[in-house]
Amino acid sequence: MTPVLDVKKLRMDFGGLRAVNDVDLHINEKEIIALIGPNGAGKTTFFNCITGVNKPTAGDVIICPPGATHTKRINGLKPNVITEKGLARTFQNIRLFQNMTVLENVMIGRHTRMHAGIAGAILRNKKTREEEQKVIDDSYEILKKLNLEQFVNELAKNLPYGAQRRLEIARAMATDPFLLLLDEPAAGMNPQETHELVDTINKIRDNENITILLIEHDMGLVMTLSERIYVVDYGKLIASGAPDDIKKDPEVIKAYLGEDTNA
Amino acid sequence: MNGTYFIELFLGGLTRGSIYALIALGYTMVYGIIQLINFAHGEIYMIGAFTALIVSSVLSFTGMSPVLIFIIAAIAAVVWAAGYGMTMEKIAYKPLRNAPRLSALISAIGMSLFLQNYVLLAQTSDFQPFPDLIPDLAFLKPIETIMNTTQFIILVTTAVVMVVFTLLIRYTKMGKAMRATAQDMVMAQLVGININKVIMFTFLLGSATAAIGGVLISSHIGQINYYIGFLAGIKAFVAAVLGGIGSIPGAVLGGFVLGLTESFGTGYISSDYEDVFAFAILIIILIFRPSGLLGKTTRKKV
Repeated sequence: MTPVLDVKKLRMDFGGLRAVNDVDLHINEKEIIALIGPNGAGKTTFFNCITGVNKPTAGDVIICPPGATHTKRINGLKPNVITEKGLARTFQNIRLFQNMTVLENVMIGRHTRMHAGIAGAILRNKKTREEEQKVIDDSYEILKKLNLEQFVNELAKNLPYGAQRRLEIARAMATDPFLLLLDEPAAGMNPQETHELVDTINKIRDNENITILLIEHDMGLVMTLSERIYVVDYGKLIASGAPDDIKKDPEVIKAYLGEDTNA
Repeated sequence: MNGTYFIELFLGGLTRGSIYALIALGYTMVYGIIQLINFAHGEIYMIGAFTALIVSSVLSFTGMSPVLIFIIAAIAAVVWAAGYGMTMEKIAYKPLRNAPRLSALISAIGMSLFLQNYVLLAQTSDFQPFPDLIPDLAFLKPIETIMNTTQFIILVTTAVVMVVFTLLIRYTKMGKAMRATAQDMVMAQLVGININKVIMFTFLLGSATAAIGGVLISSHIGQINYYIGFLAGIKAFVAAVLGGIGSIPGAVLGGFVLGLTESFGTGYISSDYEDVFAFAILIIILIFRPSGLLGKTTRKKV
């Protein structure tokens, strides 16, 4: 089976700093994969390269959406084009459109899948009106899936923290992705919220057929959720495999705890 | 104090304010989205006025009714100015999107000088008479001394433009995309918004409203030359800053505050100091409310 995302020898240089150093990574359909590593290891840069925020220096990012007959190389494309191709992401710090309502935040994502142009918006013909209604209905459905329907007309900035985090995921899902990239989705959550997040992510994978790649520091979450784990340190891939193997990997222990563990 | 005189000044102030508001919209929208003070914006207003002048001069030979000529000329001005605005963005600002902000600002000043001198070459520096195409409306006859037809048309048109504008920003897909882009450009792209389209549309919209302002004020004053965009542009910029740059209601409010200040200042104090009032109020506002009347005070997170 062709992986839905196949990253080969990805490299990202910022001046003299090699933030991502020849990283290989692949994800099969409906897998949940975690990308872990110490702070500053290059995990977010890796996400940025895949989603078009940064243009990789070298390497290939190849996608093969489920059902597609051939693969496509996407590095160097603009973020909005990559989003249209079916990749969506969240950020580790909340980046909602704070002064818009919850519904509007999701609708914005949904508009990617809408075809009416400016002419349609001005003329407001039947097709445009139907499409707009569909955007609202779809958006509301997505909000329901993430238990956000009670906030529908609130401004995003007035939501409690956990709900803001869920809204980020809702907005990403609105673009209809086959691959969802979550950057520290559990950051700042309490154990109860983290527990609910695990359920939510599992549900998204099982019910929506969305493949998931996540960056996370909460090892409990990583170990329960992910099927495979990739570990990076100083931009380099140092280990990959099943959670149990990663736990015992000496390279990984060294990266997390430092060279001299006898102290 | 004379009541009629007061109302006259008040309406005069609203008329000026409308024009400032129409131009200020373009400044504030462009600033809101790409943090650029588009100093060439006043020139777009001037080009709108000239386009209307040229089109109406040509059409006057056809023997069409003045009202029809005015409407066609106004539409032509809006379309042509919008084209200028979009082209300007494409050649002068887009290549500098990731450059330091100062570079884009210098590019804007260059664009302004270029457009002024280009019109100077084509149209000479003489004031050209702008035809009076708006017929007097019968129902305004009794209050003619206070408000003439052109003023009435300016106020009504501005009100309509503002309403359409608000609906557009609030409810359309493009309006949402514009608001999203203004709040977070990277995130906007990541939810699938083509920001190049959004920025281009912003210039289109700003230029169109500026052109409407240009056509309206030219038929009010009756003459134009290549330099009218400079002062109008600066005043509208003052209006935008006054209201809080980046804020659309702020630009409208700022325009009216500025127009009324000028009108009352010249009416009750002295018309010699017309421009002094505009800039004095700018300085006062900047001292006491640096982010403008409706601008948000940005708190930096530590």
